[in-house]
Amino acid sequence: MALITFREALNQAMDEEMARDENVFLLGEEVAEYNGAYKVSKGLLDKYGPHRVIDTPIAELGFTGLAVGAASVGLRPIVEWMTFNFGLLPLDQIINNAAKLRHMSGGQLSVPMVIRGPNGPAEFLSSQHSQSFASYFAHVPGLKVVAVSTPYDGKGLLKSAIRDNNPVVFLEAEMMYGMQGEVPEEEYLLPLDKADVKREGSDVTLITFGKPVHMVLEAAAKLEALGVQAEVIDLISLRPIDEETLYKSVRKTNRAVVVDEAWPIASVGSHVAYLISKNCFDDLDAQVEFVSSEDVPMPYNHTLELAVQPTVEKIVNAAKKVLYLD
Amino acid sequence: MAEQVQMIALSPTMEEGTILKWNKKVGDTVDTGDILCEVETDKASMEYESAQEGVLLSIILGDGSGAKVGDVIAILGEKGEDISAMEKEIASQSAGKAQSSPAAVEQANPVSPAKEETAAPAKAPVSSITPDQPGTAGSGKSSPLARKLARQKGLDVKQVTGSGPGGRVVKRDVESFVPGTSSVVSMSSAQGYAPAALGDIDIPVTGKRAVIAKRLSESKFSAPHYYVKNSVEMDNLIAARNMLNKEAPSKVSFNAFILKMAAESLKRYPLVNAGWFSDKIVQFGSIDIGIAVDLGNGLITPIVRNVGNKGVVQIDSELKQLIEKAGNNSLKPEEYTGATFTVSNLGSFGVEEFTAIINPPGSAILALGEVKKTPVFDESGNIRAASIMKMTLSCDHRVIDGALGGRFLSELKRTMENPVRVLF
Repeated sequence: MALITFREALNQAMDEEMARDENVFLLGEEVAEYNGAYKVSKGLLDKYGPHRVIDTPIAELGFTGLAVGAASVGLRPIVEWMTFNFGLLPLDQIINNAAKLRHMSGGQLSVPMVIRGPNGPAEFLSSQHSQSFASYFAHVPGLKVVAVSTPYDGKGLLKSAIRDNNPVVFLEAEMMYGMQGEVPEEEYLLPLDKADVKREGSDVTLITFGKPVHMVLEAAAKLEALGVQAEVIDLISLRPIDEETLYKSVRKTNRAVVVDEAWPIASVGSHVAYLISKNCFDDLDAQVEFVSSEDVPMPYNHTLELAVQPTVEKIVNAAKKVLYLD
Repeated sequence: MAEQVQMIALSPTMEEGTILKWNKKVGDTVDTGDILCEVETDKASMEYESAQEGVLLSIILGDGSGAKVGDVIAILGEKGEDISAMEKEIASQSAGKAQSSPAAVEQANPVSPAKEETAAPAKAPVSSITPDQPGTAGSGKSSPLARKLARQKGLDVKQVTGSGPGGRVVKRDVESFVPGTSSVVSMSSAQGYAPAALGDIDIPVTGKRAVIAKRLSESKFSAPHYYVKNSVEMDNLIAARNMLNKEAPSKVSFNAFILKMAAESLKRYPLVNAGWFSDKIVQFGSIDIGIAVDLGNGLITPIVRNVGNKGVVQIDSELKQLIEKAGNNSLKPEEYTGATFTVSNLGSFGVEEFTAIINPPGSAILALGEVKKTPVFDESGNIRAASIMKMTLSCDHRVIDGALGGRFLSELKRTMENPVRVLF
């Protein structure tokens, strides 16, 4: 196992898949000459040339639509959005074309493409550039949506996403690109539709995805000091949701806390809380608690910026609530 | 100046208790540490140790009364003091609440002996006057899991007393429920029916209990324990404490003195302040003394760090903060791990003497019994009364040999009997 950064793991995944299949190509703002805004595509232009690593104009709707067209006639584009905050402009291409062509063509067309980039709050970016749009995509039938939290998951899942014959929205996080983790030397793939139990426990299930996984693991360690064994589930797949893994855990612990760094209303987290309340009703010893960001635009003031997001303390308190420890 | 005695939380989760029996009568003198009354909490029957002193002028809530934490249960003051104004004020405050008024208490007293006779097998005195007090079964709310478990056990969930918010019946309530009983006062016994035969109760081993089981088994099964005991005359230490408390900003507890004396003795025998680490013995640089604190559903040993360099006032204030945090489960791991020596005091339970299990990484634990007036012979063979406390030191023989354990305990005894020795 090698200790590498998140950006290196994603780079390896694209590099290996581009070497494996000449139909795979990368396009986006600054991905070629500049090696990517976050250096995820470093070295790929030199290796694969300007036909397969393409710098685009600042026109997300245009180049995303171009990728949908390329995918529908047999290529395998990887679209890098510099940030998912810019992903609001091409939403029409994703929702109305990428997600629906297979359905509307009666299976004659498929759209094997990956849309990837950083999603969710980062730091000092204020209201327009620091927000999580996971639920915007998880809402749409026809898409697969994956959120990653470790370099190992990132590499194995991105390779699977590139090989998948459906449009896959692949959510990374700006704050994680420098994060290190163990990644095997040999090739491996991870399933796109499975949650991962990041920590086993018997007393309460903490469910989250993406960057907050790390915060939730920290909260689990704090809870252990109180004598509470928390199980931590990283959803990974936001569409489809791996319900079996969720229910198995909640039926064991009888308690669930869902953590999502997005706003609370109509979020992935609120949907997961609903699924558990509905399907584990008779196994719950307490209401399902939900820790999300506050229902406000992201403040620029740093103290407020941190205060509106989930924190370790908020997660520990929610767990104590469902354990009747407060 | 008369002062009110309020009901305190006698277990970490107690919100309300039932006064089973007053140990003091109106007119009795109450000293700090005296048992005022016995209280049935949500966990167990507990003794209410007075933190105040004076003459008991009035009992506001008598035997069998329910009292919420913070309710005034009695008035202490000086003999002959006029407390009619204070009594009126308390009566007017409680009139607004659905609590027992003084009048109800007066009526209750002649009733309860008769009720006790009919409820033959019930050990606890039966509260006949507060059948509707919060905490009795039947608030109506329950978690889905609690309902499912109750169905599986063939129970009516309405019989179970809820411990969740708003009296919600939750998993732990159903698991610990035994038909015919209730964790507070059962409806059936209150009505005079004999309770059904007691069944076995499975108590799941989770969290705190599992940690206690693991750590103490490890200690007892790996450290070869031996015990040395002696008796200490505490009169000088009690006098020293009384003297200091006249000047101290707030009263310094007895345990703070014990910790100080133990630390001074450990300074003189530093090898007792040491730990066994298989390939080496570490003589600890700091004297970090843990003190066992009962949590009702387990125990924890918060630690006062570097006791050797602190005075009793500082030790006491840290101890108070730690015990408060222990009570509300907010101790951080660094506040209860790594004791180099430990003290466990069961004196308040009337225990004469006991042996304790060593709390690693320390190699010794001091177990203290109650302080009791005992006849002793003085040098000329006359009998006099002395306040005697028995103490037992458990030592890990891998670190502390018998002679060292004996010397240390003897040093500690002499220091406690003559506190001025700390100056030596």
